[in-house]
Amino acid sequence: MTAHLPVLQVVIPLLAAPLCAMVRHGRIAWGIALATSWTTFGIAIRLLAQVQAEGPISYALGGWAAPVGIEYRVDLVNAFVLVIVTAIGAVVTPYALKSVEQEIDAAKIPLFYAAFVLCLTGLLGIAVTGDVFNVFVFLEVSSLSAYALIALGQDRRALTAAYQYLIMGSIGATFIVIGIGMMYVMTGTLNMVDLSVLLAELGPNRTVAVAFGFLSVGISLKLALFPLHFWLPNAYTYAPSAVTAFIASTATKVAVYMLLRFFFTVFGGVFSFDVMQLDRVLLPLALVAIFSMSLVAIFQANVKRMLAYSSVAQIGYMILGISMASVTGLTAGILHLFNHALIKGGLFMALGCVMYRVGSVEIEAMRGLAKKMPWTMAAFVAGGFSLIGLPFTVGFISKWYLILGALERDGWQWWLVVGLVLTTSLMALVYIWRVVEAAYFQEAPNAESPGGGFPGEGTSAVVEAPLALLIPTWVLIVANFYFGIDATFTAKVAGSAARSLMGIAP
Amino acid sequence: MEDNVILRIGAKILIPFILMFALYVQFHGDYGPGGGFQAGVIFAAAFILYALIYGVDTAKRVLPLRFAWFCGALGVWIYAGVGVVTLFMGAEFLNYNVLRHDPEHGQELGILLVELGVLTTVFGVMVAIFYMFAARRQVR
Amino acid sequence: MNVLGLVNYWAFIFLMMVGFYILISQGNLIKKIVGLSIFQTSVFILYISMGKIRGGTAPILMSEGDPVYSNPLPHVLILTAIVVGVATTALGLSLVVRIHEAYGTIEEDEIHDHDLA
Repeated sequence: MTAHLPVLQVVIPLLAAPLCAMVRHGRIAWGIALATSWTTFGIAIRLLAQVQAEGPISYALGGWAAPVGIEYRVDLVNAFVLVIVTAIGAVVTPYALKSVEQEIDAAKIPLFYAAFVLCLTGLLGIAVTGDVFNVFVFLEVSSLSAYALIALGQDRRALTAAYQYLIMGSIGATFIVIGIGMMYVMTGTLNMVDLSVLLAELGPNRTVAVAFGFLSVGISLKLALFPLHFWLPNAYTYAPSAVTAFIASTATKVAVYMLLRFFFTVFGGVFSFDVMQLDRVLLPLALVAIFSMSLVAIFQANVKRMLAYSSVAQIGYMILGISMASVTGLTAGILHLFNHALIKGGLFMALGCVMYRVGSVEIEAMRGLAKKMPWTMAAFVAGGFSLIGLPFTVGFISKWYLILGALERDGWQWWLVVGLVLTTSLMALVYIWRVVEAAYFQEAPNAESPGGGFPGEGTSAVVEAPLALLIPTWVLIVANFYFGIDATFTAKVAGSAARSLMGIAP
Repeated sequence: MEDNVILRIGAKILIPFILMFALYVQFHGDYGPGGGFQAGVIFAAAFILYALIYGVDTAKRVLPLRFAWFCGALGVWIYAGVGVVTLFMGAEFLNYNVLRHDPEHGQELGILLVELGVLTTVFGVMVAIFYMFAARRQVR
Repeated sequence: MNVLGLVNYWAFIFLMMVGFYILISQGNLIKKIVGLSIFQTSVFILYISMGKIRGGTAPILMSEGDPVYSNPLPHVLILTAIVVGVATTALGLSLVVRIHEAYGTIEEDEIHDHDLA
């Protein structure tokens, strides 16, 4: 069976999703989802080990060999992405049980898990496939289920957020199909490896350039690159807590992976950066994203929305690394894929604990919370340290590589980049500090006015979140420190993934 | 629509032929244009026509929502099940060659089963979507 | 190839722009979905046009000869895209139904006012 792992990675969640939809009881559906997410995690680990030992794995679906049939191709880059997605899935699913039971109608819970597992299927499919049209299909599987998941949020604004995301996401996906169609017109193939060979033979060409443009815009919409990020803050803010934790740490990461795949593998780094000069677009956008979104995050009253804006800024860091188009820059980008998944996963899960007990994630509502929910707030602070990039956290590792990548380049403008990265870290400190100040140094609202400062929220009854929520949260937080202290594994994988993308033998 | 005799009788005459045509599109998919998706949509259209003429409640007695739902899930299982069977028979996922002794017959059987899965899912999902949108209006 | 020979591609561009314009200009959520559908449909024409070969028949197995036939692959691909389009439209409309239930309107600016209030 081990030879079939690439396809099982997708088929197992695909089989589990209708099963979840059929059962009537929420807990059974949760059990199925849990078994699925852990199995896929196991498979992803096996695949990564196999790729590290033996090199890329190619799997021909239906026995049709590569350029004709659909090929699933796992190399270091997507094996790493598979591990990220499944790891987050494996941590979020146990967490979802309590959180979802509170936030979603009991009747809808089996369907929630069906959509959740389908979203996982889509994300894994994007990562595992070596066929560009297949990417589109899985992209839509994951996106459509994500829209449905976001719409399940309690606030009615979740509906408009999901609608907005649906419109923007569909435009992005349609742009991607147009780009794929134009590549197919020019080459007659959909296989990524085949495309890269044929496109290189074709040389610079107007249709290919237009395809490149459509794909860039489409993928940028999906990954919420700065001017195209308007769907993201609302979607993250109003989605159910478990969904935010899952989508924030996986969906945009997989979109970044698509960017890497299309620009480095399919078009080739030389075409993307030397001919099309993509870096001239990506670099300024990334810098503006990092700076402006960190600034916007400081002024948010809702902590979830604050972290959502911070996510757009963090995506800017990844794109900054990628736009350097050097091995170190790419390593930083890929490392930050993993690290940011850990950071934002942990932070959003800590916020989910607050939501579970307090019923609100406004900064006002979190005043004095550290006394009542010490473990939750400690998790938030620890995750916040990692977001800021203090030493011994994963955030530090990412920024370290990012700055190394910038220093490798000559010219005064790269010093500005370094300065900006450091400045925005301080800005992250400011917005995390606002929460810390409210939680640790301010009195709880009910101390002044007995009966709770917020109508109907019963702040006085707030106690520590249940262990079922705390344990998964702390697993991610501890991982933040573990991979921050000993980054040899992640840095090695990211480094060889970057080298393979740049076309240098590892 | 209770009094509209022409529509009621017309629908009664048409529906069996629509169902038959759906099956034709399904099983003739090997030789001509057609296949599971088109067949599923046509098959569902017959039930949707019935629901439009005779009311959703009557249609639900013929075809309960739960059953449409079940069809939607079952189709995915038929499709992926064929793939898993080929896995266990020692070939790649969805490699139909091993389903029978002769690869060509295997391909034929495999395609037919997979298309049957597609038909089931598309039919179930189409009817379910229709029921759900129809039910929304009654709530208000 | 003259301009008329590329009529399908002109139709593609026209539909795409029409759909995109509706999507941007309209504040009504249903009309936005209509625009999105037109936008997606334009891509179907692009794919089907590129599969067509002048004088080619339908790609159906024939016993005699080796006829010129159109490329079936884009058609299959676009069948998938149509299914995706159907799913997107259904999900979009169901969201609009829910929004209407929650806000009592499907005009974007009115929803915005409700949220501010």
